[in-house]
Amino acid sequence: MPKRLLAASGIAAYLFLYLPLVIVVAYSFNDSRLNAEWVGFTWRWYKALFEDDAMLKAAGNSLFIALTASFAATVLGTMAGYALHRYRLRLLPVLIMAPLAIPEILVGVSLLIFFVAVNLTLGLLSITLSHIAFCIGFVAIVVRSRLAGMDESLPEAARDLGASPWQAFRLVTFPLIAPGILAGALLAFTLSIDDFVITFFTAGVGASTLPLQIYSMIKIAVTPEVNAVSTLLMLLTLFLIVIASRISPDSVRGK
Amino acid sequence: MTRNIGKWLISGPPVFYLAVFFVIPTFIMVLASFRHAGEFGGLAPIFLHDVRGAHLNLTLESYREYFSDFIYSRLFIKTLIYALVTTFFCLVTAYPLALLIAGSEKRHRDLLVLLVILPFWSNFLIRIYAWMIILGPQSALSVGLNGFLGMFGIEPVGLLFTPFAVVLCLIYVQLPFMVLPLYANLEKHDPALLDAAQDLGANSWQRFWRITFPLSLPGVYAGIALVFIPVLGIFAVPDILGGTGGIMIGNLIKQEFLEARDWPFGSALSIILTLGALCIVGVAAMVAGRTVKNDA
Repeated sequence: MPKRLLAASGIAAYLFLYLPLVIVVAYSFNDSRLNAEWVGFTWRWYKALFEDDAMLKAAGNSLFIALTASFAATVLGTMAGYALHRYRLRLLPVLIMAPLAIPEILVGVSLLIFFVAVNLTLGLLSITLSHIAFCIGFVAIVVRSRLAGMDESLPEAARDLGASPWQAFRLVTFPLIAPGILAGALLAFTLSIDDFVITFFTAGVGASTLPLQIYSMIKIAVTPEVNAVSTLLMLLTLFLIVIASRISPDSVRGK
Repeated sequence: MTRNIGKWLISGPPVFYLAVFFVIPTFIMVLASFRHAGEFGGLAPIFLHDVRGAHLNLTLESYREYFSDFIYSRLFIKTLIYALVTTFFCLVTAYPLALLIAGSEKRHRDLLVLLVILPFWSNFLIRIYAWMIILGPQSALSVGLNGFLGMFGIEPVGLLFTPFAVVLCLIYVQLPFMVLPLYANLEKHDPALLDAAQDLGANSWQRFWRITFPLSLPGVYAGIALVFIPVLGIFAVPDILGGTGGIMIGNLIKQEFLEARDWPFGSALSIILTLGALCIVGVAAMVAGRTVKNDA
């Protein structure tokens, strides 16, 4: 393709990717109820946000779920990643990949039927259990790729020098793959705090999260408060992703 | 033997967790599609107890309902069309971008790729909401477009809550999935091939269509699969931007579970969607496999 056409369409594609997000951020500072004309700069939508009890409660729920789910998913995902690297397994790879490959809505509705079938009241617990389920795979993949880049002879040397398998793992392997585990944990936290579809089906009426709160605001009455909470959520995600990519560059590639 | 114990200790907990919270729910959903709906939503019991004792209370009613009314297949076909249009425009938009990144200096490439990935790490709902602002009736785009149409005496058009809004936003949310596999492929091309073609007198379009594009087909197929499949199950985009005319199969599934509360029918729809997607992937993989082999 001609160079100039290529450059022009490439720049247009970047604009297409970023313009919508820039607009959301810009209107969060606009002193008008409508997302239309630029009236003037204001912090009032951010102030409104911090006086909105429902929003604060949802933010608290999101934080609690994301912390709990990312912790549990990191433990289970690290085990899975280690097992995938170390052993030839038939079942685990399928269990890791399948939830990532099938449409999210199917995971959401099947978990909804499941929780009702086992008589678990929908709420914080059902959301957290669901988030752990879809985060395990992401952590496992990050940890496994970190293990693949590790020098196998190091834990072997430890074993030759008389370390037990557990000692070799704790003192040699674990410190070497720790950045991968941390990146996986940050990834799981981000995925959990951002999740809408699976949360939507497993939340029931009791518990709300930030994305659910944003959804109901969009559906009922759009105010620039949505822009403000969106901007803050984007900043948080950006921050976490930048840290994760600093620690382990591969981790950010696949979502 | 100890090695085996270690293997079970390490892989056991994640296998167990995913079995409980992924495999069992999937089976329960498959089973639910053969059950009767409960009187007040949910599901009727699997076993019925009457004078003859306990017997199974299963039915094919949900599948019969799907195939007896063409309205459901039409919605499925409409979803497929949205997914195809989305995939086509993603390919057309992503290709030049991927070429540009692959052709840029090595030290800039990682940053350019990161810039493609970053927006898609922002919240899914926010990315949909942004289009609500852009396409809304008071937006600069709507006002400008309607002003322009007005000059020719054409009635003003609404952009929001239309199929156009849905497909545009689907292209937006899926674009990175097309750019990444294309870039991964294009980056590996040997620039000497293009130099040779140029020496032999091929112009830039000929070099693209005769060399770059055929070599990039594996990347193209991977991108198509990554964009097409997830679109089939999306419900949030049409739910927020589509209005009544823009709904897709995912919206119907959501409705059956949360509003109509006909869980067996919702489960049947989910299974038909999964099987349909699998069939399409299977056929596409066969076609793609043959083309790639022929080209090689």
